[in-house]
Amino acid sequence: MASQHPLQPGLFSWPSEDPELLGSRCMDCGEHAFPSQDSCRACSSEQTEIVGLGRSGRLWTWTIQSFMPKSPYLTYETAETFHPYGVGYVELPCGLKVESRLRENSPETLAIGLDMDLEIVPVRSDDDGRQLMTFQFHAAVSP
Amino acid sequence: MTDVAIVGLGIHPFGRSPSLTGLEQGALAARAALVDAGTDFKAMQFAFGGSQDGGNADSLVNLLGLTGLQFTNIWNGCATGGSSLNAAYSAIKSGQYDTGLVVGFDKHARGAFNPQPRDWGLDDWYGETGLMLTTQYFAMKIQRYMHDHGISRDTLIRVAEKAFRNGSITPTAWRQTALSRDEIEQAPMVSEPLNKYMFCSPAEGGCALVLCRADKAHQFTSKPVLLKSAVVRSRHYGSFEVFSPSQAPTVAPSPTVTASRAAFEFAGIGPEDVQVAQLQDTEVGAEIMHMAENGFCRHGEQERWLREGMTEIQGKLPVNTDGGCLANGEPVGASGLRQVFEICHQLRGTAGARQVPNAPKVGYTHVYGAPGISGVNILAT
Repeated sequence: MASQHPLQPGLFSWPSEDPELLGSRCMDCGEHAFPSQDSCRACSSEQTEIVGLGRSGRLWTWTIQSFMPKSPYLTYETAETFHPYGVGYVELPCGLKVESRLRENSPETLAIGLDMDLEIVPVRSDDDGRQLMTFQFHAAVSP
Repeated sequence: MTDVAIVGLGIHPFGRSPSLTGLEQGALAARAALVDAGTDFKAMQFAFGGSQDGGNADSLVNLLGLTGLQFTNIWNGCATGGSSLNAAYSAIKSGQYDTGLVVGFDKHARGAFNPQPRDWGLDDWYGETGLMLTTQYFAMKIQRYMHDHGISRDTLIRVAEKAFRNGSITPTAWRQTALSRDEIEQAPMVSEPLNKYMFCSPAEGGCALVLCRADKAHQFTSKPVLLKSAVVRSRHYGSFEVFSPSQAPTVAPSPTVTASRAAFEFAGIGPEDVQVAQLQDTEVGAEIMHMAENGFCRHGEQERWLREGMTEIQGKLPVNTDGGCLANGEPVGASGLRQVFEICHQLRGTAGARQVPNAPKVGYTHVYGAPGISGVNILAT
């Protein structure tokens, strides 16, 4: 099996049995950011730390991408194999809302307020045959 | 301090002009504005101009004349026209100049814009995984707004119907065919809940205005329109903006709210005094949300306003009388100036078939765009 690597380092803990999103927290005002940044967009402080943002949240808003985007979109897909995908903002326990692809891709399966879980999924392979991974959310399975 | 007047209006029709460059469309608009003001380019002491994809605005001097005037290029996203007007307003208000030109033009490729993450301070993953689309942002903003404020899909359809109906009586509009409710409702979905006829498209076109000190306006026209305020504002922490991998926990008012409040304060009037308005309608949801963000109604009241036709040409507050971005398309550099062009015609009483009745005296324009910038102008006779 091809080795799996994050498409972009620093967005989520990987490899991991229990991956979570990674962001930054301002050590002065406490506001969070995703992706992590060295300065705070709320108070301009330059004192921030990397923190885990968790792996679950609630769907704050959503849409469905019905057509294949132009460049810079770059995945395994071609115009023939493209499937619509969901896009949403998921509100995390710290209050931050993170934009994400969603596994669900039909209006019947998406609703504001849904409980959502994180998963790590392949995007494409690089020139060395390594599989590049990104994050997305999906509706939590009801207990 | 002197007031600032708009004394010349020029436009090159929006849509597609295959035989003309963007720059040439800007030059045609500029010459039309100069003719409208009964003057010529040699009389212009300054110019501010902008374009996203049409080339350097100051190259216009090669087509209009190498007179040596101060020509400054302005680029400020969707608020480029508003920012040019703001700069011209300040140049005249300060006493530096008496008379000048503002011009915007563009020529975009077909289809949606394809912005590059690096230009917006983002890493490549954001675009590669399919999150870098303005259409998604607009869809997600109105989706949440519909949920929070009880806006129905019917209201989305009504905005599109109005836009194409108004476009059909606007000679310089791109889309000049009215569409039925069914045609709009059954169009292919682009980004839930917004379909093909609910979005505007990138286009081509040019627009220009001649401005001067108000006390000199009658040298140029018998119908000057006063520019009472010209305000541009950027986003605050927490406002929900395009190309945001994450958003703050608490939603802050958009830059439209702050620009609008400042513009009303400068003009010394309130939303209830406005008789005709142009509100940024890059998609139908934007027009709906901007009605409230600019202070014309409360959140949720748009449902009744649209149902009762209050934003129609004959209504209480006509909105986007020329069909807005939905019917004109969006040549980014020219779009904000088109709004002002239309309001000036409405205030002059020269808007033809789309003339708002009872001689409106106060008009309003609003642009909003990436990455969270808004421009508001208040105009009066």
